[in-house]
Amino acid sequence: MLLIRRFEERCAEMYALGKIGGFCHLYIGEEAVAVGAIDALRDDDYVFSAYRDHGHCLARGSDPKAVMAELFGRSTGLCKGKGGSMHLIDVARRFMGGYAIVGAHLPLAAGAAFGVKYRGGDQIVLCFFGEGAVPCGACHETLNLAALWGLPVLFLCENNRYGMGTPVNRAVALYTNVSQNASAYGIESASVDGMDVLAVRDQVSKVVEYIRTSKRPYFLEAMTYRFLGHSMADPAHGHYRTKAEVDDAKKRDPLLLLKERLLSKEQVPETDFKAIEESVKKSVQEAVEFAESSPAPSLSALEEDVYS
Amino acid sequence: MTLTYREALNQALREEMRRDDKVFLIGEDVAYYQGAFKVSKGFLEEFGERRVVDTPITELGFTGLAIGAAMTGLHPVVEVMTFNFAILAMDQIVNNAAKIRYMSGGQISIPMVIRGPGSAAHQLGAQHSQSLEAWFCHVPGLKVVAPSTPRDAKGLLKSAIRDNNPVIFIEAQLLYPTHGDVENEEYVIPLGVAEVKRTGRDVTVIAYSKMVLVALQAADALAKEGIEVEVIDPRTLRPLDLTTLAASVKKTGKAVIVEEGWPFAGLGAQIAESLYTTVFDHLDAPITRVTGRDVPIPYARNLEDAAIPDVECIIAAVRTVLYKE
Repeated sequence: MLLIRRFEERCAEMYALGKIGGFCHLYIGEEAVAVGAIDALRDDDYVFSAYRDHGHCLARGSDPKAVMAELFGRSTGLCKGKGGSMHLIDVARRFMGGYAIVGAHLPLAAGAAFGVKYRGGDQIVLCFFGEGAVPCGACHETLNLAALWGLPVLFLCENNRYGMGTPVNRAVALYTNVSQNASAYGIESASVDGMDVLAVRDQVSKVVEYIRTSKRPYFLEAMTYRFLGHSMADPAHGHYRTKAEVDDAKKRDPLLLLKERLLSKEQVPETDFKAIEESVKKSVQEAVEFAESSPAPSLSALEEDVYS
Repeated sequence: MTLTYREALNQALREEMRRDDKVFLIGEDVAYYQGAFKVSKGFLEEFGERRVVDTPITELGFTGLAIGAAMTGLHPVVEVMTFNFAILAMDQIVNNAAKIRYMSGGQISIPMVIRGPGSAAHQLGAQHSQSLEAWFCHVPGLKVVAPSTPRDAKGLLKSAIRDNNPVIFIEAQLLYPTHGDVENEEYVIPLGVAEVKRTGRDVTVIAYSKMVLVALQAADALAKEGIEVEVIDPRTLRPLDLTTLAASVKKTGKAVIVEEGWPFAGLGAQIAESLYTTVFDHLDAPITRVTGRDVPIPYARNLEDAAIPDVECIIAAVRTVLYKE
């Protein structure tokens, strides 16, 4: 979680310096969801994400150097500089990608699960998406297919309460309990505190076991909050939410909650936190230096990889 | 042997499903109903529900699902009941199937076929009669195939299934019952290779899908007046076999391009541009296009007929490039 936080703080700096271009959606505040959920997976399970994907990719174990190089648009990037912030893909880790058309990656996740079932495997597919994707037709068509065909997908809805600037209560009819959208298809569901990484891990571990044994999909709503703007083009709170609301949410910063627990209940010494902080700082610095020193893709790469 | 276009497609798909367990068929009514146009007749019996998958009416959902299956190692053949309905899956086709390989820096391949009938049949109305191949041809990352004969349909579908890219395979409803010779032994026809369907010295007529049949009728009629038309079928629309097309136009010096689709920004405009940039110096007349009319396809029989190119349209275009109006 700390790696994601510090990595993305540097992303914001690098974006301000013009080193990172395009759209850049930071995950700061939501780290517990990716880290808790992905920690409950096996290496041969699949992960799909949307456009706010840096956290999921790093949590899956992708090399921060390759991720930063991708954000810089360098040839050493995860996708040779052709994907960018919203399309991080690391097939070796079965991180099948970040996708930037809202809701449109849910069918892909169901397709990976279809493949698992077709081959008689016991992998599961973890699919992250925001509550903003829930009203999409793609979401509903996928929930129906997954329930109909018994596909092993964990639909993990990261409810950060805003689809860009539109609050959930103005976008989702069943907003008080987004999971009800899945209930309509007979899919089991629950809600979890997305700011508590251990709660997420516990809940997802149970759900993953359920999916592996029942061969059924599951819908989990993680209640979370984005501390920064929708993208780098958006101020921290803008006109659609108040500074007080953001400040209030920050009292439940997932990093603080975990640290408090580790200090009080697990008796982890303060020096351990300093060591982790140092090590994370070092790896983020290395990532930035690696990206800085990496070459841009050669122009010959422009027409490569259009076709197999 | 003689097969119908429908039987040829059935054989191609059957042979490929027997060859490779990763190949499966998915779409509306492909299993128990045996396909809206009976292309998958007998498949459920032979391959079972695991590999012949009936879907709800959710083109976006099942096309996207097939893409996800392809990106993790399977080889789906998606049947769209007609290509008009593929519009519902356009985001999945354009934003996912065509781009995932590129966005991933080559980490992922999307080996899949999306097939079904395109173009007008008889009085199906505006929403069921469209020729949308230009939409797909516009997108890098897709291949587009539109066979005109049973032999081509079989050989090209087998190649499309073996290809590691998303292939849009556009059949034609009116071609399903047409007959033609097909080899007894197994064969494939490579994608991206045009075929001269009739040789001739005077005018090159480029046509694909069911317009090839119309062009051949026009060529027969013109032959009676001593005009020898060369009819070329690109067969694959993307990548386009410009070499074969250009060689013919160099020989005849005149070209007519026939398509059933709409004229504005249609495929013929692209083919004409490609020919102008390669064989301009060999042309004796401006390239002439024969296209569908610039309207939604109407229901009334006489209006529908008027909206779609016929033999007379092609004959008139050939006369135009020969300055014999």
